[in-house]
Amino acid sequence: MLTKRIIPCLDMKNGRVIKGISFVEHRDAGDPVKLASEYDEQGADELVLLDISASHENRNILLDVVKRTAEELFIPFMVGGGIRNLQDIREILFNGADKISINTAAVKEPHLILEASEMFGSQCIVSSIDVKRVYLNDEDEATGRVVLSTPQGKCWWDVFIYGGLQSTGIDAIQWAQMAVELGAGEIMASSLDFDGTKQGYDNTFLRTVSEKVHVPVIASSGAGNPKHILDAFTIGKADAALAASIFHYGTYTIREVKEYLSKNGVPVRL
Amino acid sequence: MPKIVIIDSGLGNIRSVQKGIEKTGCIAYITTEAKEIREADALILPGVGAFRDAINNIRPLSNAISEEVNSGKPLLGICLGLQLLFTESTEGGCYEGLNVLKGKIIRLPDTLKVPHMGWNSLKLVDFNNPIVREVPSNSYVYFVHSYYAEPKDQKEIVALTDYGVDFASIVSRGHVFATQFHPEKSGKVGLRILRNFVDYVKR
Repeated sequence: MLTKRIIPCLDMKNGRVIKGISFVEHRDAGDPVKLASEYDEQGADELVLLDISASHENRNILLDVVKRTAEELFIPFMVGGGIRNLQDIREILFNGADKISINTAAVKEPHLILEASEMFGSQCIVSSIDVKRVYLNDEDEATGRVVLSTPQGKCWWDVFIYGGLQSTGIDAIQWAQMAVELGAGEIMASSLDFDGTKQGYDNTFLRTVSEKVHVPVIASSGAGNPKHILDAFTIGKADAALAASIFHYGTYTIREVKEYLSKNGVPVRL
Repeated sequence: MPKIVIIDSGLGNIRSVQKGIEKTGCIAYITTEAKEIREADALILPGVGAFRDAINNIRPLSNAISEEVNSGKPLLGICLGLQLLFTESTEGGCYEGLNVLKGKIIRLPDTLKVPHMGWNSLKLVDFNNPIVREVPSNSYVYFVHSYYAEPKDQKEIVALTDYGVDFASIVSRGHVFATQFHPEKSGKVGLRILRNFVDYVKR
């Protein structure tokens, strides 16, 4: 039986791992290469390295970290952050990543997903989507958008780019479907409302996307405890869950989370 | 030390396969040359992506691969590399494979998400095959694929995996071995399988 994946995420800035609270405040949590092998040992199903500095000057630092991390890993390895074109993708894959995630560049130039998936294969192109809820008083405000009821009220989901700094007004559910049509092999959904809050994932959004696309959906942002991850799988219908802080600061080990999931009937690799 | 050669089909993360072989204490060379294939002690055919692109990329090498394998050289096919070994594939039309193994490549049923991506378990059917030495049944390995092999001879199936259908996840005929999953991405179990291949080559 196919298992649900637990994916620790290393948020990296200038070659060091940090974890963001709502993408703004940061606290240092260590060396990426060391953390990567620790997570592999703990039973991580995959590893994500996200370069949140993502500036051009830091490109060589990133490639060096990617290369050194890939040398230590025998599980799938995804890299994202600041990827702008086919050349960036090629360099990261060439340095040992198995998958890349694209966000801002794909929103601005959707054709990049098509070209990248044709060139490198859909299996290595992940469309990463940062979303924020737009709550409604009156449905007329959201013509042409997918409006759903959530426990917090009616809303639609706006796609944000540039690390959560810029709203695009694009409907995130429609964008996820388009990204898959263009060739994205997975969708990674992060919520700006939930990121860093440790209140759980945005399960209404996850479930809707998961039911509308035929590729795996990775839940990202918001895990504070194993129950949140369980909910992402059972309520949010996600195929994988990404988490950073709960693992970095030793609150829970990956094994503890997996044992909890297994006890609650979720198939995991133990 | 045996000379193991990884055939570069121009697609996918070949370095990780090479690294996996290095972890077993051996060295593997990456090649696009028929001469290297003929001089090797064993071959690895990895690959991801589309069948058509890969078979076109290795077309200049297909005679060398088939002849060497037919004369007894051990080969390990990985993922798309497994599929390339079969008679034909229905991916994007109908394309001829290397025909080292008899059978057809067909699409996974659309009842579940396709591609089949993630960690799934092995149900061993041929426990004595050298490629699964010390690999327990129900071990988890990492898959990414939309198509699977239907071997003509059921006896060539070493392990099955359930994803809407029980498909052949490890196949073997004599000195030819192939996995539909990625041993180089399957943690300790995957490294064990690579080591088993290397041990078989050294025998």
